[in-house]
Amino acid sequence: MISVKNLACQRGGQVILAGVSFEAAKGAAIVLRGPNGSGKTTLLRTLAGFLLAASGSVVLSRSDGAAIPRDEASEALHYIGHANGVKPRLSVFENIVFWQRYYSSHNDAEGAEAALEAFGLLHLASYRAAHLSQGQARRLGLARLLAAKRPIWLLDEPSVSLDTSSTRMLEAAIADHLTGGGIAIVSTHLDLNLPNTSILHLDGGSAQTSLG
Amino acid sequence: MTAFLTLCRRDLTLALRQGSAVGTALGFYLIAVSIIPLGLGPDLKLLSRIAPGILWIAFLLSAILSVDALFQDDRDDGALDALVLGPLPAELLTASKSLAHWITTCVPLIAITPLAGLLLNLDPGALPKLIGALIVGTVGISFIASAGAALTLGLRRGALLLPLLILPLFTPFLIFGVGAMAELPGAFEQSFLLLSGLSLFSCATMPFAAALALRLSLE
Repeated sequence: MISVKNLACQRGGQVILAGVSFEAAKGAAIVLRGPNGSGKTTLLRTLAGFLLAASGSVVLSRSDGAAIPRDEASEALHYIGHANGVKPRLSVFENIVFWQRYYSSHNDAEGAEAALEAFGLLHLASYRAAHLSQGQARRLGLARLLAAKRPIWLLDEPSVSLDTSSTRMLEAAIADHLTGGGIAIVSTHLDLNLPNTSILHLDGGSAQTSLG
Repeated sequence: MTAFLTLCRRDLTLALRQGSAVGTALGFYLIAVSIIPLGLGPDLKLLSRIAPGILWIAFLLSAILSVDALFQDDRDDGALDALVLGPLPAELLTASKSLAHWITTCVPLIAITPLAGLLLNLDPGALPKLIGALIVGTVGISFIASAGAALTLGLRRGALLLPLLILPLFTPFLIFGVGAMAELPGAFEQSFLLLSGLSLFSCATMPFAAALALRLSLE
């Protein structure tokens, strides 16, 4: 579970967002909404630990309630930003196997294939990633979520450059993750069809939560 | 440990498939070494006397050509964010990058040093000493260079700033590297040990500097 209390996020010493509080228990999704520049990315990067919070706290805890110390917290997180983290010189399969081995230290070709399958990339497994289209590269970036299991997903505009059917694959992947007791925090300006979702509106320095 | 090796292996594969970074370093090294005799004139004695110094200087300049891409590529395509969330502490992450730089840049440069030495009329008997000094010395060079690369990460003119930042730190390596070739009793042993010490010191400290710089660059 992730619990955020009165968090103020800064970038370059300037406070962009203040007074953010929310909680997400396992199986819950939080959708971040707000106009451009309202601090969605800043909030996600602060949650991921890339940015230092100006004030307030982010606490991640295990299902038994024990808090996860900050230096181990990064191992509970997946972060997908605007860029996909895809290496054009590796094949699609090599890309996914790298992340799987790097994150989980074991080699599970079936798991990697299942992750590609879930995002409709299995038939492209031997392609150079340089030959993928924008949307396919995005899906390959997202497949990392499934190749290594981690309880909390931080997704920054995951549906960018995805077509309708790919967006369905993304929704299915997130829904599966939630059913399995995971947590997803997603910033998006498209309507994603997700179960058990709260919407957090970020608007000019403050935040409001509403259940949607 | 698996994560460390996985990352290192990926960087080696990428360097091998790209090729251009290593190719540029090798080409620069050979060209720099081969134009120096043209500038100095055909004095073979002079050339063989200054050959070790020139080889070291050309080596150091070539080795930092490819270093600015060390973290920049991963930052540009978003992989750096995901790497930082992995099981490796940032210190080991940068150590893995430094090791990959050593293997992909310094090892090929060392491998063509006999050829470069030939161009400068280097005494063939001195070659094993030179290679030995390069092997132990350049490990530290790679670790310092990657700390510099992490520090200039995300700066727009970072690639130009980088040599200014790290070349001065290479001076002790250059001094003892060339000192190892002096024809005095015990000169090689002493310089070799000092070079190893410098390298070990860099391996032990530079990953911490690089990790700190890397965390700042994520902001």
